[in-house]
Amino acid sequence: MTPPQTVAAESLGSPALNITVFGLFVAITLYVVYRVSHRNTSTSDYYAAGSAFTGSQNGVAITGDYLSAASFLGIAGAIAVHGYDGFLYSIGFLVAWLVALLLVAELVRNTGRFTMGDVLAYRMRQRPVRAAAATSTLVISFFYMLAQMAGAGGLVALLLDVQGKGGQALVISVVGLIMITYVLVGGMKGTTWVQIIKASILVLCVVLMTVFLLGKFGFSISALLDEAAANNAQGQDVLEPGAQYGKTAITRLDFISLSLALILGAAGLPHVLMRFYTVPNALQARRSVVWAVVAMAVFYLSTLVIGYGASALVGSDKILASSGKENSAAPLLAFEIGGTVLLGVVAAVAFATILAVVAGLTITASASFAHDVYASIIRRGRAEPATEVRVARRTAVVIGMLAIVGGILANGQNVAFLVALAFAFAASANLSTLLYSLFWRRFNTRGVLWGMYGGLGSCLLLVSVSPVVSGAPTSIFSGVDFHLFPLSNPGIVSIPVSFLAGYLGTVFSREQADPAKQAEMEVRSLTGIGT
Amino acid sequence: MTQVVHSPIAGRSPGRPEPGFGGITRPPRPAPTPDPGPPDFAAIRNSPEFTALRRRLRRFVFPVSALFFLWYLTYVLLAAYARDFMSERLFGSVTVGLAFGLGQFVSTLAITFAYVRFARNTIDPRVARIRAKAGIRE
Repeated sequence: MTPPQTVAAESLGSPALNITVFGLFVAITLYVVYRVSHRNTSTSDYYAAGSAFTGSQNGVAITGDYLSAASFLGIAGAIAVHGYDGFLYSIGFLVAWLVALLLVAELVRNTGRFTMGDVLAYRMRQRPVRAAAATSTLVISFFYMLAQMAGAGGLVALLLDVQGKGGQALVISVVGLIMITYVLVGGMKGTTWVQIIKASILVLCVVLMTVFLLGKFGFSISALLDEAAANNAQGQDVLEPGAQYGKTAITRLDFISLSLALILGAAGLPHVLMRFYTVPNALQARRSVVWAVVAMAVFYLSTLVIGYGASALVGSDKILASSGKENSAAPLLAFEIGGTVLLGVVAAVAFATILAVVAGLTITASASFAHDVYASIIRRGRAEPATEVRVARRTAVVIGMLAIVGGILANGQNVAFLVALAFAFAASANLSTLLYSLFWRRFNTRGVLWGMYGGLGSCLLLVSVSPVVSGAPTSIFSGVDFHLFPLSNPGIVSIPVSFLAGYLGTVFSREQADPAKQAEMEVRSLTGIGT
Repeated sequence: MTQVVHSPIAGRSPGRPEPGFGGITRPPRPAPTPDPGPPDFAAIRNSPEFTALRRRLRRFVFPVSALFFLWYLTYVLLAAYARDFMSERLFGSVTVGLAFGLGQFVSTLAITFAYVRFARNTIDPRVARIRAKAGIRE
């Protein structure tokens, strides 16, 4: 089947221009990373950029960390093809930030220093809790990263006209190496600036496209929707819920499960939590979230217009016939309204998105390994800071290499579910234990372990016996069928399991929480005294 | 950066400015040695100021969290099981579902700014008082 691909390749402008714009972005960000990173020898510099960013800077950086390729290309594509159901993703991703704002951000900033493990282990037995926190951080980061890197392969095919697997592998490797350079040279400070630059360009780009689209339809949403429905294979159904998830009772339940994972997952994502340590205090952490909420509200409203706009101007048939399928909706629309130049910009933004998100994940995973596993578990808190940073850098290289290999192997696989799965993990293992340790005095070590491993374990178990892995045409092993659990997203079961396990573990343990540490944590989390 | 200089919650801060020559206040000096040790966290936690702070904060964030969670859940359940209702046209091709979705954006922004206002007026001054009492110089 070559005809659709050649159509897409021809219609998608000039790969040379796309590469040039992307190259420009990489050059600018590398220069900035080099300039801002004078010293990265202390743990505080490497992990938390010396906690010297302001709330507004960090808010934009959070936006950059959070708006992955799944958010940009995935949601625009889902709205373009399935209509309203794609919009539901945007809402879940946005509303989720209220959990972070009200319950997590400021308390986590006051309590911890570098990692999620700092908060969870504060008044518990250090080694087992840090081991659990690091396990969860590494698993979530790896799944999230794999989704990003595998997406890069499809994007390469679409935007750079590299159709061979070998060529795609080469481009994935280059993207991975640039990312490792950011992390090694820049540490958290450099990575944060990459996020800030990327988020600014991304939000600006979608806002301009949105204003243009609205202008084209005389600033009438209704006219845009009419045109979108007229050019979509599903017709008027794209304006109504259910085009994608409304088919059966199972798909509806799956949708609810996904919605729960989205809203409860964001505040438990380790790379998001770690961003709160780059600001000096709780007030700035609060400001970070406010900036992030506003930037993301603008972004997600724009994706609604861009998604329907792609359906209206490009048409769902043409989108699905292109080599990137749903993911190509935004690039195709950019080409339609702005020619090769705008396509070049959107392509570069999409690449920059993958690059920056993977860099954020890498520094989080490496920090968790070096700080929680190496310094606290292996060296029992007696590691030299310089050695700890060296371990973190080496870990970053290893993780970056794993991301490259994983991305090449997963290239072309159906991995869209991985991001939703990472949210389910975060909601199941991290949110429950974080909330208990921040708000429940009696919570103890066994509660953390049961909650964390219970959530992670039930997630992994349910996914392995779900249609994602076997028994459906889109499964990883589509030839065999050993699926027992009907839903693709385990959240609706694993989130309550995790909360219940955390409760039961605490109640069934005779261990008393250390009252002195408990008082310290409670005072510190609310007032910042002792930080 | 802030620094803890003294422990007892009701104690005098040794780093407070002393009146200088002619009543000109000199800038505070670093705390004299030896290090006074960590703050007395148990005393702070049992102080009425702190319990009031905790109560005020929880009385805002818990109900509001429950509220937006239920509001979101209502929306998701309507989208999943009340398709006809969500598909009704309000004007032109704008459906009830779309209006509900935009309502989630509005409520998210409204709650965000309500919390910022609440924290600025109610939480931050209380935290500042507790910190000052614990002898922390800002």
